[in-house]
Amino acid sequence: MRSTGSYAHQRCVACAQNISNQKLVQGILDSIPSPEAACLSAEDISPSSNGPRDDDPDDLFAEATEEVSLDSPERQPILSDGPSPAITPVTPVMISPRVDVFDRSPDQDEDEEENRDTFDIQISVSDPEKVGDGMNAYMVYKVTTKTSLSIFSRDEVCVKRRFSDFLGLYSKLASKYMHMGYIVPPAPEKSIVGMTKVKVGKEDLSSVEFVEKRRSALERYLLRTVKHPALLKDPDVLQFLESSELPRAVSTQALSGAGILRMVNKAADAVNKMTIKMNESDAWFEEKQQQFENLDVQLRKLHASVESLVCHRKELSVNTASFAKSAAMLGNSEDHTALSRALSQLAEVEEKIDQLHQDQSYADFYLISELLGDYVRLITAVKGVFDQRMKAWAKWQDAQVMLQRKREAEAKLQYANKPDKLQQATDEIREWEGKVQQGERDFEQISKNIRREVGRFEKDRVKDFRVVIIKYLESLVHTQQQLIKYWEAFLPEAKAIA
Amino acid sequence: MKQTFCVIFKKESSIIAVDSISCGPHCLMNVDLQTDATLQVDISDALSERDKVKFTVHTKSTLPNFKQNEFSVVRQHEEFIWLHDSFVENEEYAGYIIPPAPPRPDFDASREKLQKLGEGEGSMTKEEFTKMKQELEAEYLAIFKKTVAMHEVFLCRVAAHPVLRKDLNFHVFLEYNQDLSVRGKNKKERLEDFFKNVVKSADGVLVAGVKDVDDFFEHEKTFLLEYHNRVKEASAKSDRKIRSHKNAADDINRIASTLYTLGTQDSTDLCKFFLKVSELFEKTRKIEARVAADEDLKLADLLKYYLRESQAAKDLLYRRGRALVDYENANKALDKARAKNKDVLQAETTQQVCCQKFEKISESAKQELIDFKTRRVAAFRKNLVELAELELKHAKGNLQLLQSCLGVLKGDT
Repeated sequence: MRSTGSYAHQRCVACAQNISNQKLVQGILDSIPSPEAACLSAEDISPSSNGPRDDDPDDLFAEATEEVSLDSPERQPILSDGPSPAITPVTPVMISPRVDVFDRSPDQDEDEEENRDTFDIQISVSDPEKVGDGMNAYMVYKVTTKTSLSIFSRDEVCVKRRFSDFLGLYSKLASKYMHMGYIVPPAPEKSIVGMTKVKVGKEDLSSVEFVEKRRSALERYLLRTVKHPALLKDPDVLQFLESSELPRAVSTQALSGAGILRMVNKAADAVNKMTIKMNESDAWFEEKQQQFENLDVQLRKLHASVESLVCHRKELSVNTASFAKSAAMLGNSEDHTALSRALSQLAEVEEKIDQLHQDQSYADFYLISELLGDYVRLITAVKGVFDQRMKAWAKWQDAQVMLQRKREAEAKLQYANKPDKLQQATDEIREWEGKVQQGERDFEQISKNIRREVGRFEKDRVKDFRVVIIKYLESLVHTQQQLIKYWEAFLPEAKAIA
Repeated sequence: MKQTFCVIFKKESSIIAVDSISCGPHCLMNVDLQTDATLQVDISDALSERDKVKFTVHTKSTLPNFKQNEFSVVRQHEEFIWLHDSFVENEEYAGYIIPPAPPRPDFDASREKLQKLGEGEGSMTKEEFTKMKQELEAEYLAIFKKTVAMHEVFLCRVAAHPVLRKDLNFHVFLEYNQDLSVRGKNKKERLEDFFKNVVKSADGVLVAGVKDVDDFFEHEKTFLLEYHNRVKEASAKSDRKIRSHKNAADDINRIASTLYTLGTQDSTDLCKFFLKVSELFEKTRKIEARVAADEDLKLADLLKYYLRESQAAKDLLYRRGRALVDYENANKALDKARAKNKDVLQAETTQQVCCQKFEKISESAKQELIDFKTRRVAAFRKNLVELAELELKHAKGNLQLLQSCLGVLKGDT
């Protein structure tokens, strides 16, 4: 969990939950032996201390702050046909541009993995603060960007953003890039229930957890967004990260005009999807679509099971605590001294174990469950991109049909001998020939983009899952080690009962 | 003492599982009951059929009143209850802690799950079905083992008690190889029991209110009252905890299955990864389930048993209290009779009978309560030590699995 230090400054509440969250993170960090006990608060991280998993096992969300340095002639406008590299963070060693990067021909897509650039940008979302009161209240988050990239005006920028700003950013990016086949990472979901509790000022455990969950999700969202080479350079993204004032994204409200328009469009898309029957000439696309379909099903199933596990582990923790209390009471009323002491010790062990279960359930949640949730949403974005390709194909086909019709119309006019209308018809034919060509070009372009995007996506997916699962297993190892410690301490007490 | 028993559970006419298991010596609750060679009782076999469990009670004895030195009979749960009740109703045993009756074998929950499984057979994949069936069988087996253990403990306690072991009904129970024709209580009798209990509780309150002259018993009374309540709560809480643990283990099971499917479908390098992790979770889940089962056996069952025994001890104190009240009343009646000089002899006899009864109960009660404490401490010690050892064993097993898997996974990257 990031920014534990700043979490303590949260205006909301300094309750036990807060403290135990910090304890949790510290506990996990402290116990995993490593030369660098990485402190995750944004202020402390210097660009060189963070890096990919291979070198920094302590950093729970290190995939969130990668070191990739980019220093290539990549400053091309977004819509160019030039290939953008598939970004994969490599080593934590500071930025030295690879010389072989520049040797690229416009046709390379999947081979780009070989040409690695490194980005250098870190983003953190912290310090949630409640602004205003009652139903008009909202949370404001501090977004800190640290970078040495030249497209940014400063090395370090801090801005304040609210949730609708993030949604606004996503909405702009989606409308710009999705039709080109770029996978735009989706923003975290709205939650009316969660936000209402916070607005109403209920400073209880669940609203604290809700804010933390959201903060973490927003951070992951931004990091995924800037990981995308094209999105990083987008002026909207830059404006979001840098400018102190941002026009309020009103169109993100669910019941606004724009919101309703969005819903209508979604419905229309769904209908279209059913009616477009595409002649798939490329088996790759069919195969990939099927794979993503299967992946979607399984990830959702897995997510549900993990959520259930989180819930049951929390329950286990609560029940263990309650049992510990009853064991202590039993020890109190037991009149045999040695047994009484042993029972009290048992109560203490169980209390420690309950804390262990609680910590483990946080790990279950923040490591695995949230990752799965993110990927379920990402796959929806991937499927959306495939749909865009279908739309592009349909547009191209429609243009061809239109062209055919115009040609037929022209042929008819030639017989009817109407010279002025003939000219118009010829012009129209030229126009539609152009459109057909454009349609074909667009279709090929989007197909190419998708291939590249999917390649990049799969790479990231492999990395993400690997990293997180290893982290998770390490947390399980820690739990077992603690269990052993506690029971080993108890055993002689039990044996001492005489 | 090895025991083997068969578990058969039938669904309609098709046999779903047949299993033969042997398990180690039981008598979990009492440590020192097997030392006497003159009378050894155990349950050597048990059969579970549709609604009943048939226990094979095996006796080895050098006592002269048995026709043979070694013999076996088949008994059902109702016959155990009959034996227990005959002890409780026997005035001669008023001064002893009557070993608590074993709880009724309860397979309802398991049977329900089995039925649901059968109904849902069509909707699951073959692997899922087999997996669930195995789990259900394991659960059924665990409940079965527990009920056998509890019935056996009852018999062992009776056999170890210096007075109860000589009881005629007990000998009939052990030896008579026909059905004892003991029917369960019918509605009328159960209603009678209910009212008797109500009266007893009300009376118990009255009796408990009488301050005892004897410090030992006064202390025991206060102690037992509080202890009993605390054990009850601890027992309930430990049950809830263990249930949560089982639920979590079930979730891990499902996660393992889904990971396996993901592993077989994935087109990237992750497929091997997922398969390995799925395998790991399968194994750790089994260990987690074992942890829950062992906690159940060593902790929950211990608490449940002492809940019942402390109730039996309370009953003993009640009987003594009752006798004390009767004695004091008889004294008062005697004084009154002497004052009026009427029916003095009768009053004197009554008073003497009450006095003897009270003193007899007091004497044996004292010893019983001391023994109860000794037994309790020994049982807790044994079980807590075993609990800690098992927890350690499982945690170490888990740790080793996790670390070796991590080693492989990290090595691959």
